[in-house]
Amino acid sequence: MAECHPVGFQWVMEAKERGATIIHVDPRFTRTSALADVHVPLRAGTDIAFLGALVNHVLSTGKDFREYVVAYTNAPAILRQDFADTEDLDGLFSGFDPESHHYETTTWMYEGADASAAAGARDRWPASGGEGEQDVAARQHGGRELRDTARAESYGAGGAALGGKPALDPTLQHPRCVYQVLKRHFARYTPELVEDVCGVSRELFARVADAITANSGRERTTALCYSVGWTQHTVGVQYIRTASILQALLGNIGRPGGGILALRGHASIQGSTDVPTLFDLLPGYIPMPHAHQHQDLDAFVAADAGTTGFWGNMRAYVVSLLKAWWGEAATQENDYRFDWLPRLTGDHGTYRTVLNQLSGECKGYFLVGENPAVGSANAKLQRLGLANLDWLVVRDLRMIESATFWKDGPEIETGELRTEEIPTEVFFLPAAAHTEKDGSFTNTQRLLQWHHAAITPPGDARSDLWFYYHLGRIIREKLAGSTDPRDRPLLDLTWDYPTEGPLAEPSADAVLAEINGHGPDGQPLSTSTQLRDDGSTACGVWIYCGVRAHGHNQAANRRPRHEQSRVAPDWGWAWPANRRILYNRASADPDGRPWSERKRYVWWDAEQGRWTGDDVPDFEADKPPGYRPPPGAKAQDALAGTDPFIMQSDGRAWLFAPAGLADGPLPAHYEPYESPVDNPLYGQQTNPALQAHDRPANRYHPAGNQVYPYAFTTYRLTEHHTAGAMSRTLPYLSELQPEFFCEVSPELAAERGLEHLGWATITTARTAVEARVLVTDRMKPLRVRGRTIHQVGLPYHWGPEGLSTGDAANELLSVVLDPNVRIQESKAATCDIRPDRRPRGPALLAHVAAYRRRAGLPDDTPPTTGEGRP
Amino acid sequence: MGLRQWIDGWPVYRQLTGDDALGRGSAARSRGTERLSARTEQADRVVRSVCPYCAVGCGQKVYVKDEKVTQIEGDPDSPISRGRLCPKGAASKQLVTGPGRISTVLHRPAHATGWERIPLDRAMDMIADRVIRTRRESWQDTHRGVPVRRTLGIASLGGATLDNEENYLMKKLYTALGAIQIENQARI
Repeated sequence: MAECHPVGFQWVMEAKERGATIIHVDPRFTRTSALADVHVPLRAGTDIAFLGALVNHVLSTGKDFREYVVAYTNAPAILRQDFADTEDLDGLFSGFDPESHHYETTTWMYEGADASAAAGARDRWPASGGEGEQDVAARQHGGRELRDTARAESYGAGGAALGGKPALDPTLQHPRCVYQVLKRHFARYTPELVEDVCGVSRELFARVADAITANSGRERTTALCYSVGWTQHTVGVQYIRTASILQALLGNIGRPGGGILALRGHASIQGSTDVPTLFDLLPGYIPMPHAHQHQDLDAFVAADAGTTGFWGNMRAYVVSLLKAWWGEAATQENDYRFDWLPRLTGDHGTYRTVLNQLSGECKGYFLVGENPAVGSANAKLQRLGLANLDWLVVRDLRMIESATFWKDGPEIETGELRTEEIPTEVFFLPAAAHTEKDGSFTNTQRLLQWHHAAITPPGDARSDLWFYYHLGRIIREKLAGSTDPRDRPLLDLTWDYPTEGPLAEPSADAVLAEINGHGPDGQPLSTSTQLRDDGSTACGVWIYCGVRAHGHNQAANRRPRHEQSRVAPDWGWAWPANRRILYNRASADPDGRPWSERKRYVWWDAEQGRWTGDDVPDFEADKPPGYRPPPGAKAQDALAGTDPFIMQSDGRAWLFAPAGLADGPLPAHYEPYESPVDNPLYGQQTNPALQAHDRPANRYHPAGNQVYPYAFTTYRLTEHHTAGAMSRTLPYLSELQPEFFCEVSPELAAERGLEHLGWATITTARTAVEARVLVTDRMKPLRVRGRTIHQVGLPYHWGPEGLSTGDAANELLSVVLDPNVRIQESKAATCDIRPDRRPRGPALLAHVAAYRRRAGLPDDTPPTTGEGRP
Repeated sequence: MGLRQWIDGWPVYRQLTGDDALGRGSAARSRGTERLSARTEQADRVVRSVCPYCAVGCGQKVYVKDEKVTQIEGDPDSPISRGRLCPKGAASKQLVTGPGRISTVLHRPAHATGWERIPLDRAMDMIADRVIRTRRESWQDTHRGVPVRRTLGIASLGGATLDNEENYLMKKLYTALGAIQIENQARI
């Protein structure tokens, strides 16, 4: 955090000054470790074993926050009799289909959920044939379609919908209640296992376990911060799940100083998920419809419409979105033009797209401030895809490798590609900088902040808002008068944004107004509870409804910090409804009183009959703690005044996830796809549901392969930014970090004859790169499974363009993906490392092929373009 | 200039008699110093902004003179950053004004060995034609018998420095085009 979010880290330092214990868990010793009280170096890819042992410690010593756990989590929920755990099936959960590598998830559901609650859903399901609501929920929020379409990502604003609520045992004694299942599941996650798997001593583990449990409960809270070190794994989603279990058991969610804080890496990467340019999502975490599941609007909302919690209003969110996009053309009679949404049939993610480019199916590509030729895993595969397109549009501030692969990419040097033979037509369009356009970023805490244009962009540089608005305008003009039904969604699209100034820049404020939404009178909406499913409201992004309440741009609010409370509600605007801590009703006990004076945040004011406190309550303001839902209640009305997790259909934090995940209702430690060791916990070595693409240019190393004996991990530096376009091109930053390097321990340097400041060649089955050697104690050899495991650290910012150049670490990585969200495993893989520079030209291909032969992998001839192209 | 002024103008005298005994503050000021003023003071206007690098969202103040960005500093009013910027944020001025920024459209025809400059409006027209053509050629009305109304011929990958409003227009236009392979750094 000190390296990659330095200014955010000031708050960690402030907490330390006030007595907080700072623990840093990371394979490398970094600036964060230097300032922490405890550094825990562990083997990359083993965090579930580490966190799972913390869960086991909490459960086996009874240190959970019992009142919180009973009232606010699903610990008392009783599971079905036919659920089987990894302990029963040697690393698999019940429902696994070994043929297609996916789970059928019906057995993960709660026992005896109230079947009448979603009877309406059953009626509206066209092909249901009388199936139960659990089957509907299991199909919508589990199984093959969920995995293939990364639908787990739609839970970015709340959990998977279940029909009804579970039977509960508040004593937590029922053998099939979640609490007992959890205890059995994690029983073998012991300090001894942590030592064996992670390479962390029992003493160090005990220090962490004691610190976290001592600092949680009524009076104290512990926060967990993570970044892509937790997500870029084939089990990344389950890493976060393990952290959620730990924090929910300790009562650290929805309370000040608690939480699981994702430190996201880009100015508006949260915004890019909320207002998704992602294949599987519509705005506000509404899933993209699936061709074989969602033929009409009723089928689409069926699994959610009958359920409880705020997702029960999904139809209003979807209809309002369709009205925002198609205006007058979207009517009740035509299902609000739900049929105009294109349909998914499986995985259409960025790595699948590359395979489609190689096969010739995908012919046109836009890269908008993104540099996959350096920044995506297996950079070669990316470039081979780019070299097989009809046309490519690149928009950036400066020249990047993804725009120049055809003249100076690594494949030109090796002879795999020849410039004259590359058919791709390339357009480079210069982009406007943040100082040259109006717009909002959503930061890592869900806070929208507006940046104002200071000047106009130079020459032909334009904002991406300008580019897409005018591209749409020109396409619509060219198609005007078309009678082809496929053009109707374009021609009836609401696309009449006002433009300003000599460049005809579209008004970002007008776009924000559409995002916010308006009522039948055209007046801006103030909150998403005003949205209706009858076509009377329009709203582009339901979770952002209120950002322009009263016609005022709330994201541009900038009351100085000295003039407001510590929560700072008048600086920017956080979704939803300007709430700064999500689920903050959990900061009070079931009766609505703060758990302690020290940790008071939001509470029930009985006199006023309202929730009040330091923040906007993340709860219906006038729902008393004593409210109990009447039978048959829907949506939020079905949640009690003691159910703080209002986006969950049962109002509770999920220790056990009965739906919504592709790889298990509980986390289990699986080894990285490329691992130096075996999995001591289960016969199942790796995540059984992960997505691999074993093919030329993307070969994998078998576990424990001695040709690629070392683990490596990739990371960022303070002075550079991702794939380098915004940093390697700047003199200041290039001077601060001028060259690609690798970090190795003195022991590994001695083992391989590597010299400090000399060169090293790092080789995988994909390719080899060269880097300057940094021999440092920051990298520690670890004792794992009775062996010494060395790890190599590789910052990934470099490429051949810019002021500071070097090989790209992403050349080394394979494409192997998490089954829930299709993130690649960038943080743990294996390699070899040897002294000296890498071979040049065709000799590089021979070098890599010789390694593959020695490892027993297919000896692929060099891949060429035109593969599959007619 | 009177004698008094002359003596007062002598730094050693001010150092000995004033409260700047080390001679590193007011005692060392000269007329030359007096004539200097910070770029931030000379600015025609100051525009509030947000750092474009990581997701912390530090406040920035952008100083503009003669329609050029002359300085970018941390915004002390921000409850997030309290005026601080990291090495990247502090280099933002070079990001937006520094060397290497490209201000003309470049075009590489198929199989060509170099770039050509083309006008922006022509590039926009050419891109629109290619989108229409590829969409038409790769259109799918159905997939295994059910409607899909889409194209797998067109894809997009965006960075996560895109504004919310930009992402919104992208998703809206692509969806109306039937393009579904729309992705972002947020996946990666």
